[in-house]
Amino acid sequence: MSAKPINQKAWWLVLPVLLLVAFNAVIPLMTVVNYSVQETFGNNRFFFEGVKWFDTVMHSSRFHDSLTRQLLFTAIILAIEVPLGVAIALAMPRKGAWASLCLVLMSMPLLIPWNVVGAMWNILALPDIGLLGWTLNKVGFDYNYTRQPLAAWATLIAMDVWHWTSLVALLAYAGLSAIPDAYYQAAKIDGASAWAVFRHVQLPKMKRVLTIAVLLRFMDSFMIYTEPVVLTGGGPGNSTTLLSIDLVKIALGQFDLGPAAAMSLIYFLIVLLLSWVFYRVMTLDEEQA
Amino acid sequence: MRRAKWLVPTLYIVFLMLPIYWLLCMSFKTTNEILGGFTLWPRNFTLDNYAKIFADPTWYMGYVNSITYVVMNTVLSVAVALPAAYAFSRYRFLGDKHLFFWLLSNRMAPPAVFALPFFQLYSAIGLFDTHIAVALAHCLFNVPLAVWILEGFMSGVPKELDELAYVDGYPFWRFFLRIFVPAIAAGIGVAAFFCFMFSWVELLLAKTLTSVDAKPIAAVMTRTASTSGYELGLLAAAGSLTIVPGAFVIYFVRNYIAKGFSLGRV
Repeated sequence: MSAKPINQKAWWLVLPVLLLVAFNAVIPLMTVVNYSVQETFGNNRFFFEGVKWFDTVMHSSRFHDSLTRQLLFTAIILAIEVPLGVAIALAMPRKGAWASLCLVLMSMPLLIPWNVVGAMWNILALPDIGLLGWTLNKVGFDYNYTRQPLAAWATLIAMDVWHWTSLVALLAYAGLSAIPDAYYQAAKIDGASAWAVFRHVQLPKMKRVLTIAVLLRFMDSFMIYTEPVVLTGGGPGNSTTLLSIDLVKIALGQFDLGPAAAMSLIYFLIVLLLSWVFYRVMTLDEEQA
Repeated sequence: MRRAKWLVPTLYIVFLMLPIYWLLCMSFKTTNEILGGFTLWPRNFTLDNYAKIFADPTWYMGYVNSITYVVMNTVLSVAVALPAAYAFSRYRFLGDKHLFFWLLSNRMAPPAVFALPFFQLYSAIGLFDTHIAVALAHCLFNVPLAVWILEGFMSGVPKELDELAYVDGYPFWRFFLRIFVPAIAAGIGVAAFFCFMFSWVELLLAKTLTSVDAKPIAAVMTRTASTSGYELGLLAAAGSLTIVPGAFVIYFVRNYIAKGFSLGRV
């Protein structure tokens, strides 16, 4: 592969994207930065406050609680969805109409508006008339997600697994389909076990797409808002109030702009930082090789 | 174990279909039947819930509004992403890597962070409650995504194609539109599909930026859920209808879905 030529005129081709995204990203971000260092008493009069709000947020137990819940949620989601997605991709048929059908059906949850996903699970999990809730109660579980924090969490996690495991499965499947048949034949001749094939042929080939999958799942589960709001509204109590939900409550519910803005920035930085760490860790071997 | 292999995807698909089945099932039930107790399938099959949606402008206009801004956003995102992706895949220029990662970092911005500033920005420029406002706002995450996908597909096209066209004396834009764009048609389809998908499923920004005239179907649904008591059948019917456009577009890209989800990079 020959190196790309240097051409500064390429900037003209990028300019529309740059302007459009800058308009949407830089102006709102600066607004947030602005709020995060000011105090207002209404009438559009603002006073400079320095890092007061950051200090408040960093020491607020409410922020710590929702951050802890968020980290826990994301960790559980990744621990379930990534292995499950890979397992499904490994078991999927490689070619033919069956494979197309699998792909289309598996993509379905990804194309349903997020509030509908929440509403759907809400209806499904209703203890008295929902398919899931009714069945669970019939077989002897005392299940009511509007009253029991544990049930609410289980429902929330089941919903997210339902919604997003397909993304991991599709990505892993794309990686697997790119492996030439010759690799498998060679492994067969060597008498490699199924595990050895997975560990030394399939896993390395899926690495790139799995990096994308883990990054996307990490970012999106960390930013999740609509589905839990529709499903549980953050309750019972505050037990499923994740970071985004808390943020919207503070910013739009109580209109505490300063703390909300400071919290937004801290939140954004956490996502950026953790994404970067993930990315570095998952591509480390590639660079060493 | 070999023989049981089909079991895993089958079980998974059954799990995926259950909530969808239940939603459809609810949408064909009368309110009385829903509240009357648990029934596995509709005893009194009815289309009343759907009839209500198609008779009431506040309901069906929700779908029209959603489709309008989603299509606007898809066209806009792909149109601006095409030349940019070409630049990233073919040339090196000052700050190219930084720019690429900055674009991607916008995909990491939680919409909840931007909801209020977006409201103020679009109110200030007089675009609040218009379709174009939502279409522009969704560009925040769709444009970087489109650039990313298209760049992946373009890098798969051999550079000799460009060089041949130059030798034959094609001016750049003619080459780009007549030869290059058709060569990556599949990539454009996939990018458009993803823009459509992410714009269609997003609610927080769409709801924040609209009040009456451009209200998306999702917002109509949340309002109904909270104000008019608990009309579960109606809500289920509205939800079922939101699945249709997705199922429709998925059919067209079914052979490219897997490649598209890996953002053109396999």
